[in-house]
Amino acid sequence: MHELEITRSLVNVALDEAKKANARKLKSVTVVLGEMSGAVDDSVAFYFELMTKDTIGEGAKINFRKVPMQAQCRNCGSTVNPKDIFWECEKCHSMDIEMTAGKELYIESIEVD
Amino acid sequence: MEIKVLKNILDVNDQIALQNRNLLKEKNIMMINVWASPGAGKTTLMLRTAEALKGKARMAVIEGDVASSIDTETLAQAGVTAIQINTDGGCHLNAGMINSALQNLPLDEIDVIFIENIGNLICPGSFDLGEYKRIIIASTPEGDDKPHKYPLMFTVADACIVHKIDLIPYVNFDIDGFTRTVSGMNGKIEIFKISSTNGDGVETWADWVLKQLDNYRK
Repeated sequence: MHELEITRSLVNVALDEAKKANARKLKSVTVVLGEMSGAVDDSVAFYFELMTKDTIGEGAKINFRKVPMQAQCRNCGSTVNPKDIFWECEKCHSMDIEMTAGKELYIESIEVD
Repeated sequence: MEIKVLKNILDVNDQIALQNRNLLKEKNIMMINVWASPGAGKTTLMLRTAEALKGKARMAVIEGDVASSIDTETLAQAGVTAIQINTDGGCHLNAGMINSALQNLPLDEIDVIFIENIGNLICPGSFDLGEYKRIIIASTPEGDDKPHKYPLMFTVADACIVHKIDLIPYVNFDIDGFTRTVSGMNGKIEIFKISSTNGDGVETWADWVLKQLDNYRK
């Protein structure tokens, strides 16, 4: 449920950027969302619609560019999927695994008129 | 027209977190953000930590709960400076809440602040509060599978406390497997095994806190 605060912040940043560009209308927002970021896209989209009402962002579309979790074995360098292998490298069986992608949570771009 | 933004969504929170960090630096206070599930023993560990730090560092606790001031009263009765934040349903603390709490603490009389975040292994991980270190407590009755189920916070914490180790004979908790998993997923994490009931591991943990305070003040 922290999506409520995440979306409030997202809407503020998007509207600020649109105003800086002297836009009349915010048409869409693209958010980069890592699989392990802890935020749920459906909840963000739901709050986004509510929070943009009566602003220049009313009716704006929200796009999510999802980043899957990726991890790498620090021992042999293989790419691993920790969800499948319980944080153990399939090749060398090391448990020394580093998450290399999937924590992202940022606004990539907005589209305005 | 498309405009590239590339800004963290929690930009405002991050700016306030930076203000908190600057204020604490000015006051020479180290702040530690404590994450755990509800019932992991955060408050009990705070009490034992306060006893162990007595005469070595002056400690305060910012206590986050959805409702009630039970934990703050427990800490105050034991003589620990504590301030309560109630989130009224909110699942995490944010940097603004911590900023208000800092305005209401006697900062000139404190060396270390612990933030007892809301008991939750998901949402608090997204919010920088301006802390110097983040620790996660996993208690043995919760089971040894928590790092698999909630990996994010385990991958970014600076230290992990395995709590309630005195209960290992009665619960299904593979401590060696747990330690291997957590150290594997986070190469820099330090792991402490503690029982706040019988005091095992508390001194080693308190020494780590004092070492961090030294490093912070260097």
